[in-house]
Amino acid sequence: MTALPDPQAPTAPRKRSRRRSLTPWLFLAPGMAMFAVYVLIPIVQSIWISFHDWDGLGQMRWIGTANYSELWWDDAFYTSLRNNVIWLVLYMLAVPLGLMIALFLNQTVRGIRIYKSLFFFPFVISQVVVGLIFSWFYAPGFGLFYALIEWITGSGVAILADERYVTYGIIAAGLWPQIAYCMILYLTGLNAVAPDQIEAARLDGAKGWRMLWHVVLPQLRPATFIAVVVTVIGALRSFDLVSIMTSGGPFGSSRVLSYYMYEQALSEYGYRMGYGAAIAVVLFGIMMIFISGFIWKMWRDEKGL
Amino acid sequence: MFPRPIQTMSPTAQRLYRVALPVMLVLWLLPLMGVAMTSIRPSSDLAQGNYFGMPSRLAFENYLDVFRNSPLAQYLWNSFRITIPVVIGAVALSCLTGFALAVYRFRLSLVVFFMFVAGNFVPFQILMVPVRDLTVNLGLYNTITGLALFHIAFQTGFCTLFMRNFIKALPRELIEAARVEGVTEWQIFRHIVLPLVRPAIAALSVLVFTFVWNDYFWAMVLTQGAGTQPVTAGLNSLNGQWIAAWHLVSAGSILAALPPVLMFFLMQRHFIAGLTLGAVK
Repeated sequence: MTALPDPQAPTAPRKRSRRRSLTPWLFLAPGMAMFAVYVLIPIVQSIWISFHDWDGLGQMRWIGTANYSELWWDDAFYTSLRNNVIWLVLYMLAVPLGLMIALFLNQTVRGIRIYKSLFFFPFVISQVVVGLIFSWFYAPGFGLFYALIEWITGSGVAILADERYVTYGIIAAGLWPQIAYCMILYLTGLNAVAPDQIEAARLDGAKGWRMLWHVVLPQLRPATFIAVVVTVIGALRSFDLVSIMTSGGPFGSSRVLSYYMYEQALSEYGYRMGYGAAIAVVLFGIMMIFISGFIWKMWRDEKGL
Repeated sequence: MFPRPIQTMSPTAQRLYRVALPVMLVLWLLPLMGVAMTSIRPSSDLAQGNYFGMPSRLAFENYLDVFRNSPLAQYLWNSFRITIPVVIGAVALSCLTGFALAVYRFRLSLVVFFMFVAGNFVPFQILMVPVRDLTVNLGLYNTITGLALFHIAFQTGFCTLFMRNFIKALPRELIEAARVEGVTEWQIFRHIVLPLVRPAIAALSVLVFTFVWNDYFWAMVLTQGAGTQPVTAGLNSLNGQWIAAWHLVSAGSILAALPPVLMFFLMQRHFIAGLTLGAVK
């Protein structure tokens, strides 16, 4: 670290400040280099690859926007896109449901801390394990859920083998850990709600829903923001559960864009890297809409500080 | 406090709450408990259709079977070999970047910071083809190193966000005073800031451990076979082999889930502090 300011040397102020301005970059260099090589540059490369026909080994062949026009007529792409929209909409349920559980648990009775940890539990488990747990839960014949439906309606439903229900079944599995995550965000947020404002509102006769809506929720805004961010990202990133529970089936009806991309680029369906990259670019575009919104808000908060 | 403390309510409400708590918990963890039960059920129970009743006996041999008849131990070991270096690498890198972004005021500071933040949110698929290609070209495809390097780089994004905000909240006077004393910037980092960010290091370590341990996608993309794959990907291929052997699948799942769960219960405070970063203003 020779470039750091040397206190012994009588440096001219200008030289010193130039050194000072170099210092942060030295601290940043290793992290930024790694991040650039593995995250930033690959984004650009993927966009470049999406204009090519490439099997991952041989020569890349420039085909312009042909991959995108193929997507335009690809039914499987629209199935995946539609499923992504369903994921996004239903996944948002995690936010209010997480808030409900947080409100339920926000008490000070004996043993409540253990309850809170156990409710949070599903989030710690790998999605692979969550997927296996729910596959068992839905399994025809001996799954708990299957048996329950059979007991209520007289005939069981094989959720994961039925095109009508499969996506919803997977989303339910995904909601389980996501609700836990939102719950913990809200529990932390509720801890910081100003007690004097609650008391003041209570003296004014506010309670129940009105209190929640007008007094508590505004104070929970930071928690809600993060809950929405992680839920949107989680919904669009959904891959593990689809892969574990159905591999996109039956007949591709539970594919999402992330899984369809993987299938096209890396699985037995062939090594169509260019086409896969084009799907990834579309997914990236959808995510960028949300990401830029989040970043814009965080940027404003940062400037405001 | 909201909602109203249960202690101020009627005795009936209090009793109701005390009953509702465990009932809700059981419902919430029902799928998990079902799997835990299945994992200690002898296979003869499953053959006879005893899926939900009490197991006829406790068959802990399922766990032994899993170790004996599958490479699960190897998969678990691989997971540790991938996860631990990533925790060290990502936390070390982010101490440096977080320090730079929190302590120095320079023009591009916010731009660099938000680059790390935004990179965190991108879908993995947009990175997949180039990262796989790069790893193959480096001769690191299907190696622990190749997978770990990617994870270090990616996790650095999240860790930088966390570290920068943590260091920014430290009293600035400490650093200013040291500068007046003529302490070098590296020494400020090493001897003043680093000891103070220990809680952040603990929080990040548990979080990164959990994230990387639970990763499945990159394991599928960058590794294959029991020699290198972590337990998530391993479980997927074992699930393919153990069709309908749910007692084995369940036991394997529980084993794979155990390390992050233990980590969580041991370091709960740090874990939650890390996850809920920013949930409170």
